[in-house]
Amino acid sequence: MLTQFFFHLRDGGLKPSITELLTLLDVMKSGIADNSVDNFYYLARASLVKDETQFDLFDRIFAAHFRGIDDALNDLVTDVPEDWLRRQAELMLSDEERAQIEAMGGFEELMEALRERLEEQDERHEGGSKWIGTAGTSPFGAYGYNPEGVRIGQQGSRHRRATKVWDKREYRNLDNSVELGTRNIKVALRQLRKFAREGAADLLDLDDTIDKTARNAGFLDIRMVPERHNAIKVLLCLDVGGSMDDHVRICEEMFSAASSEFKHLEYYYFHNFIYESLWKDNSRRHNERISTTDLTHKYGADYKLIFVGDATMSPYEIVYPGGSVEHWNEEAGAVWIQRMLNTYPKSIWLNPEPQNRWDYTPSIKMTRELMGDRMYPLTINGLADGIRKLH
Amino acid sequence: MSVQKFTGTNSYIATDDLTMAVNAAVTLQRPILIKGEPGTGKTQLAIEVAKSLGRPLHEWHIKSTTKAQQGLYEYDAVARLRDSQLGDERVHDIGNYILRGNVWEAFDSEEPPVLLIDEIDKADIEFPNDLLRELDRMEFFVYETKQLVKARHRPIIIITSNNEKELPDAFLRRCFFHYIKFPDKVTMQKIVDVHFPGLKKALLKESLDAFYKLRDVPGLKKKPSTSELLDWIKLLLAEDIPPEALRENASGKAMPPLYGALLKNEQDVHLFEKLVFLDRRSRPQ
Repeated sequence: MLTQFFFHLRDGGLKPSITELLTLLDVMKSGIADNSVDNFYYLARASLVKDETQFDLFDRIFAAHFRGIDDALNDLVTDVPEDWLRRQAELMLSDEERAQIEAMGGFEELMEALRERLEEQDERHEGGSKWIGTAGTSPFGAYGYNPEGVRIGQQGSRHRRATKVWDKREYRNLDNSVELGTRNIKVALRQLRKFAREGAADLLDLDDTIDKTARNAGFLDIRMVPERHNAIKVLLCLDVGGSMDDHVRICEEMFSAASSEFKHLEYYYFHNFIYESLWKDNSRRHNERISTTDLTHKYGADYKLIFVGDATMSPYEIVYPGGSVEHWNEEAGAVWIQRMLNTYPKSIWLNPEPQNRWDYTPSIKMTRELMGDRMYPLTINGLADGIRKLH
Repeated sequence: MSVQKFTGTNSYIATDDLTMAVNAAVTLQRPILIKGEPGTGKTQLAIEVAKSLGRPLHEWHIKSTTKAQQGLYEYDAVARLRDSQLGDERVHDIGNYILRGNVWEAFDSEEPPVLLIDEIDKADIEFPNDLLRELDRMEFFVYETKQLVKARHRPIIIITSNNEKELPDAFLRRCFFHYIKFPDKVTMQKIVDVHFPGLKKALLKESLDAFYKLRDVPGLKKKPSTSELLDWIKLLLAEDIPPEALRENASGKAMPPLYGALLKNEQDVHLFEKLVFLDRRSRPQ
């Protein structure tokens, strides 16, 4: 049974190893799970999944496997009208009453019965002990009490007895296919860290000293090395205006939050596409601009260049001189971006637009070609892929 | 041998999933890796496990310059060099210059110990790989003295990480894993109860409300965590602040008293002040 589950996990995209499965079996054999499903779930998670970003995926596969009729349940959730389940009354039972409620047998029967009952029932219901609704003692519905109950549409567990913790999907916001949150992006950016020794030699290099001393026939020969610093330099160019505004706020916030991770982090703005100048302060964008040529001279080729923009515009803005929506540009945007790419061999473009829409927008396709296919979606996975490219 | 079980202690609230993970690690004598937001009690866990199982605790705190070798042993070549130049007798026995690390101490312990490897992600990226054999077989070889050090009792190894670096797969496969998620209100209430048993109900409720409200403020760089909440309550008690004062603040009229314990970042304080100000202005007088 667990082998089946194991392959389910692997098919679902998790990569537990055989040793981890054996560990899980070992734990089960030791009997600390006390034959409880919850405990089994905790143990399986602790031994098979080693990354909290995958907890949510695990929860879903676990649910699908041990329910076996996940699809049926999905249908149920959508079929039960919201107002049936809206809480109207609270049911408080005494302990004796609770004890009286008989569990209905195995889980399969429970689900089977639920499906049957759903077919029979076609109106809102509250209280009582058979129909699906709120505040009753039937095994189905919300805000009620039955030790083996199936909860439908209830926020959180009230009696802490619901069979399925994994249904809460508490780790959903740690899932790495969701959009970036401050925490997520920090973790992703940390992968860019690279330590290097640079600057004044002020640390004693013990190994080298010993080595040199030994070669020096035992006379002390002190060796010094510079301290280790994070040597990554980042040049960030952000698209502002129109649809990009809310994305830019997130990016800025998070890049500056992570700026302590880098030796240098410089950021500049552009509108829609790169032309002959960029600016640093959005409120003074018309007065204080830096020319793109100066920029490439100011920041050396060891900077990593990251563009953030939706690249959604008219194709003229990329390929024709004078195509810019804001001003008359003597040379086409494509020429300018090519110059920047020539200066900075390590560069990527992050695009907040969903990846599956990229092919329908010609300007995204063109930008992507200009970038040599180094365009990544602004999700945690995309960022991680992009950053790998920057190394 | 009956297996001892960890169930949390009177000063530490462990959730069900955490207890299960720890017990699995204790039973199978395998390392357990703990991750979670800063301040959710990762390091504290090791201390509490040692306390509740009555075992000695060995702590190994990792820094960015720590090498795996340092946990096992170090060969003090400089001391030996000095002794050789001074003509000391000790110089002939290389064993005199082998300094034991925390892992060795733990392996050598008379009773089964608990070994805490704290903040493993601070170290170099290869660090966990260098400890694979030691964690798996619980033994290592001292090359200088040709001696094999084996653990007398396999220690319970608790490893914490703040997620600064990805850990290698080979390492992860050898561990159990648990992610301490931020406690919900009910758990948090229990945690506070455990730390401040005499706390007035009203004060507790108001402070928790104010705390969760603060955590919900969008855009905070560093959200206050459990340990900061506990510090804050300690201060509130010391200053004898009435619960009503907190309620006033929870409704956004002013900064919560002693907010320095909760917000550790100047920008966050500014942001919060601004929000409070805006809120007050938009309120009808």
